[in-house]
Amino acid sequence: MSARRTDQIARWTVTAAAGLILLVLGYILGSVLINGLPVLSWHFLTSRSSNLGPGGGISLQIFNTLYIVIMSMLMAVPVGLGAGVYLAEYALPGRLTSLIRLATESLASVPSIVFGLFGMVVFVNAAGLGFSRLGGAATLALLNLPLIVRVSEEAIRAVPADLRHASLALGATKEQTIFSAVLPATVGRLATGVTLAAGRALGESAVLIATAGMSSPRYLTLDPLASGETLAVHLWAVNAENSLSDAARIADGTAAFLILAMLAVSLGIGWLARRLDRRLAGQG
Amino acid sequence: MSRVSTGRTAVATPAAVRTRIRGRRRDAGAIWRGLFFASAIFLVISIAAIMVMIGRPAIALFAQVRPWAFLFGRVWAPEHGLYGVLPFFAGSLAATGMALLIGGPLGLAGAIYLAKLATPRAQRVMRPAIQLLAGIPSVVYGWVGLTALVPFIRRHSGHVTGFGLLAAGIVLGVMVLPTFISLAEDALRAVPQDIEHGSLALGTTRWQTIAHVIIPAAWPGIAAAGILGLARAIGETMAVQMVLGNSPVIPTGLIVPASTLTSEIVLEMGSTPQGSPANNALFAMGLLLLLVSLGLIVAVRATRREATAGVREAH
Repeated sequence: MSARRTDQIARWTVTAAAGLILLVLGYILGSVLINGLPVLSWHFLTSRSSNLGPGGGISLQIFNTLYIVIMSMLMAVPVGLGAGVYLAEYALPGRLTSLIRLATESLASVPSIVFGLFGMVVFVNAAGLGFSRLGGAATLALLNLPLIVRVSEEAIRAVPADLRHASLALGATKEQTIFSAVLPATVGRLATGVTLAAGRALGESAVLIATAGMSSPRYLTLDPLASGETLAVHLWAVNAENSLSDAARIADGTAAFLILAMLAVSLGIGWLARRLDRRLAGQG
Repeated sequence: MSRVSTGRTAVATPAAVRTRIRGRRRDAGAIWRGLFFASAIFLVISIAAIMVMIGRPAIALFAQVRPWAFLFGRVWAPEHGLYGVLPFFAGSLAATGMALLIGGPLGLAGAIYLAKLATPRAQRVMRPAIQLLAGIPSVVYGWVGLTALVPFIRRHSGHVTGFGLLAAGIVLGVMVLPTFISLAEDALRAVPQDIEHGSLALGTTRWQTIAHVIIPAAWPGIAAAGILGLARAIGETMAVQMVLGNSPVIPTGLIVPASTLTSEIVLEMGSTPQGSPANNALFAMGLLLLLVSLGLIVAVRATRREATAGVREAH
């Protein structure tokens, strides 16, 4: 076989593999939406799940998911941003800094089920909270922390040095420079990274099964100590318990809702990035 | 409080005000510096706390069960005091191996396509597609696996259920694609252009250059991408649990129900009483997972060092 023929075949194979990847994605999205969209009626989205008979909805799970995701981001973002600022602006090369970096990388590699065990032993058992939204959100925050640290550090490092120098030359202290010159310039990247982390939190379940639990309070409450089953956990639980005659229908609907939420988050990231780029370009 | 502050304003001269503001700025600065540092140290504390809290129940188990009976025991029967996790460990390794076998070649091809062959327009389609693949929740992967892949395997293999390592391997193989492709693409792009141009100038075809020059030069980076893919696969829980069939035996085939460390933990962590040997054994399995993941991170760091050294050498 001539080199040219090999070249052609190899390039064709590689392109076909790329096409196969697109096909797999298309199949997953397509089958979930085709099976699940018909389930997503107004009634399904606004009524409570039922443990007894068919006809349950996912309104409580939607609420719990929003609640836990927002709470976990409120915990993870300040700490993650703070650590990102430290690593980008203060950390000197040395043992301590490499220890912090090793810890961040290690934390990023911890399997989510191990976070789940950790959350269970710390919040559910040791702190005595039982299954709670607070415990679930805190464990989820820990899972997302390394991602937010990395995004923050990269965003801060990408800020041009001129901006810092100009601020320092005006007599601002280092901390004033960070808050009024550096961090405002990172908003675009930071928002993208935070949205990414929120998207990941949205679909996470292994962390939450044994921390936030697999049930919801009977009435709508903001109580952080109440248990809070999220959409992803519901999709798993309804299927694992398999006590409802319409479990497959509920799972189909929940999966479609999760996919729609994921698509919305992805579109949101793209929109945010473009908009902020344009705004910054306009200013620059 | 108010008396002190009026006292101060009474003697305020411009110079005094200036020093005071500066002093306050310094104080505020010191507080913020402290908070930034504390946030960074929080990461170290977190990983240490995870190791301690997972490790303690595990050590409690090893007081009752010998570590080798745990690691190499072939029977998992807590009701009879047998805590062998070899079936789960073997299941985890086999499922991860399958994932690499399926996701590795496909992912490498995807990375080569994105880095070297795709037109800008094709890239604009592929990149968001891979991001979407990364964004699909693992329970949704599991649900599609359970409702589409498992029945498909059942129909075409003649096996009773269709659950097993084949289904888990395919699902995991797809799930590791985003991690693997984006890192492998970075590695391929990091190969200096002059090497590539030099090879093409010798009259090689595009593919000869890719296969004989670019891939070997990017290999340490590709290997690091593969190891991170492995780490992702071995820790994946929900999707695997949903398609594996959950039978605590050493897998004897690709289409027989099996279990992994993660699937067993998620199944039993709600149903075993805290402090019982069966519950402690789950933590010991978690510790095993944690150690494997940390080991893989150390391996990635080593390969990355090799990768940067290789690029420097090439220059």
